[in-house]
Amino acid sequence: MSRPGYVLEVDRSTPPVLFHHGEGFSLERLPVGSRVVYPPEPVKALPDPDAAIRRALLEPLGMDPLPAYLRPGMRLTIAFDDISLPLPPMKSPDNRQRVIEAVLDLAAAAGVDDVELIAATALHRRMTDAELKHAVGQRVFDAFAPHGLLYNHDAEDPDGMALIGHTEEGERVEINRRAATSDLLVYVNINLVAMDGGHKSVATGLAGYPSLKHHHNVRTMQHSRSFMDQHKSALHSSNWRMGRLLAREGPPIFQIETTLNNDTFPKPFDFLQRREWEWSARDRAAYLAAAAGLERIPRKAARQIFQRILSPHAMASVQAGEVEAVHAVTTENVYRSQLVPVEGQTDVLTMGLPYICPYNVNSIMNPILVMCLGLGYFFNLYRGKPLVRRGGVVILHHPTPWEFHPVHHPSYLDFFEQVLTETTDPTEIEAKFEESFATDPWYIHLYRKSYAYHGVHPFYMWYWGAHALDHLGGVIVVGGDPKAVRRMGFKPASTLRDALEMAEDVVGRDPSITHMHAPPLLMADVT
Amino acid sequence: MNVNPLSGKGFPLRAPTWPGTVPRPPAPSRTGVDFDTDWARSPAARLARAALVDLAIRPAVQALASPIVDGRERLAVLEPPVIFAANHHSHLDTGLLLSMLPERFRRKTAVAAAADYFFDRRGKGTFHALAFGAVPMERTRVNRRSAEMAGALLADGWSLVIFPEGGRSPDGWAQDFRGGAAYLAVRSGRPVVPVYIDGTRHVWPKGRRLPRPHKVTVTFGTPISADPGEDARRLAVRIERAVAALADERATDWWTARRRAADGATPAITGPEAAPWRRAWALPPR
Repeated sequence: MSRPGYVLEVDRSTPPVLFHHGEGFSLERLPVGSRVVYPPEPVKALPDPDAAIRRALLEPLGMDPLPAYLRPGMRLTIAFDDISLPLPPMKSPDNRQRVIEAVLDLAAAAGVDDVELIAATALHRRMTDAELKHAVGQRVFDAFAPHGLLYNHDAEDPDGMALIGHTEEGERVEINRRAATSDLLVYVNINLVAMDGGHKSVATGLAGYPSLKHHHNVRTMQHSRSFMDQHKSALHSSNWRMGRLLAREGPPIFQIETTLNNDTFPKPFDFLQRREWEWSARDRAAYLAAAAGLERIPRKAARQIFQRILSPHAMASVQAGEVEAVHAVTTENVYRSQLVPVEGQTDVLTMGLPYICPYNVNSIMNPILVMCLGLGYFFNLYRGKPLVRRGGVVILHHPTPWEFHPVHHPSYLDFFEQVLTETTDPTEIEAKFEESFATDPWYIHLYRKSYAYHGVHPFYMWYWGAHALDHLGGVIVVGGDPKAVRRMGFKPASTLRDALEMAEDVVGRDPSITHMHAPPLLMADVT
Repeated sequence: MNVNPLSGKGFPLRAPTWPGTVPRPPAPSRTGVDFDTDWARSPAARLARAALVDLAIRPAVQALASPIVDGRERLAVLEPPVIFAANHHSHLDTGLLLSMLPERFRRKTAVAAAADYFFDRRGKGTFHALAFGAVPMERTRVNRRSAEMAGALLADGWSLVIFPEGGRSPDGWAQDFRGGAAYLAVRSGRPVVPVYIDGTRHVWPKGRRLPRPHKVTVTFGTPISADPGEDARRLAVRIERAVAALADERATDWWTARRRAADGATPAITGPEAAPWRRAWALPPR
């Protein structure tokens, strides 16, 4: 059995602790008495994932077996999670490939001719052919892509969206027309964190700006405590209302959710997921070699090395059927692999941010994404209470380069230059700037025809951190580009020691300190 | 607080220290009964052992003990593998037996050695496994791993030397025989050869640091097989009696020993039940 997560209390014999630092890492000595929250070790992988998938399809939860819905002459649409999952991208075969092949086997046996596959990108950038091929596998790609039957969702296609209706709260539910007009919509998920999946899959993944703005906004984010806990998340409440409307008025949805174990880094980077006092001679040699090598190569080369990492993630569970029944089991499986009980909040929370977040796969982690990863994702990886107390300080460890991918993130650059120079307040930003970015024809053109994130996407990234910004007394970034850090309203620090001293100005002398030792991912269950 | 990995002397250049707040898990045992000796039965290790026995151990034994061997003819028609069960006075006994065994047994014989004594350290265990073909055996309690390993060795054609007393004699008299050899004989169906070693207590008894030369005899007895339905406890008693009869044969002559054995009058190999001085008094003279 794999070991559960662990909360270490730092003492004089504790070795320095690993901090991720973008395309690199460092070892830091934490003050005696600090806590380090380590993720659980990878749970056991499914011994035969293909057999498990087949069983899930034939014995689904709350629905008839998949073949009961398949017949000649029907319209079948298979939608699947996009490039933002999983992180890092996993070694082939990807979960999506395994599941989609199993679904297509059944569809072929049932004589279904009209099948289309859609990458559920929502307002994310389009996936390239190579990325699609990696996700669905060569066999599926070759059978569908040349005929235009495997493609990215386009939320700005004037003819491509269909209105399903409005929820009791007046939320407009509009999804991809092909999906909406199908006799069966199969959605294939990779549930990396507790936020993923459920009604959010279709209601967000196949939606567009008119629907997303109902839950991707500052108010919703500030009322999601956290958005990783669906029962206390306004983001999820809105998605659930939309999902239930879809269940009533939309196409039949057959949901397939898969979870991964926490086996995140392949050799030689596997030391990143070990507890430092258990590092072997090989781990130490790998660390030293990597640290020495990364110090001597340009950032671009380092980025290429890291972006090539394919995670050894293995499928830990698969369940299929009715959305809510499936998602309840999935959520428990995600908790089983990531939840760590932590007693009490902390004054100062430190995080070493890695090189990757959902929106810079094969791309650049720009400053807005650094903020989103730290204050959006990592801060919200809690159940119960935030790991850091109200008025506390978060210290992020990341180089935060003033660098933007010109193709993927054009609106991010403008957001950084035009919006953040004026204000960093999410509410003000939303009221004053969102609409113009969201409807800008140039951004829409780049989203549809190039590989750009939608014009409104950087706003969502900023809103993602709205709960943290509202909750915290200060944010300090260690080792970041000072200008970029200040632009976002945060304080730069050269070293962790400096950052901790600066934090004392906000939280007082001798603060309690907790370090979140992730990735691999963990979710703090704070009591 | 940042640790420059290449400038410091500590972690990660050196092994990490263990936080005092983290309980240490028990280290995976690689000593004692868990000591791996499979390598010592590889062809290369057997070749090395044969060279060691022939070039070092046997000459040393000859120099110290000038051994006389009786009863080899009792093994003439015996097919390996077998279990040699001998009394035990001295560290010399193992080398003595290994170098005095007939050739067809010697090259494929393992010695059951106390796991807690001979395999408590890696280096010590490695030496004993290589030089004597020793395998770790739990002597204080029944251990399934030990029993399974010994059974597997027999099944694989390896003869075994076992000292059923479980350790060297503390006072020159034998100790009660334990049931290990008999258990293996019952389970494997292989015969047990009783062996009586006389004189090694004068060469290198327990407690003496260095050996002194003295004449030694090794007497092989008639092989004993478990009767149908016989349990290990009864067989163990028979083995002990057989070794005692060999001791009697050594002290008197074969005919006298046979008659006393037939009458159930063989003197106990474990000596009289008396105060330590009287037991010492009753030991046969040099």
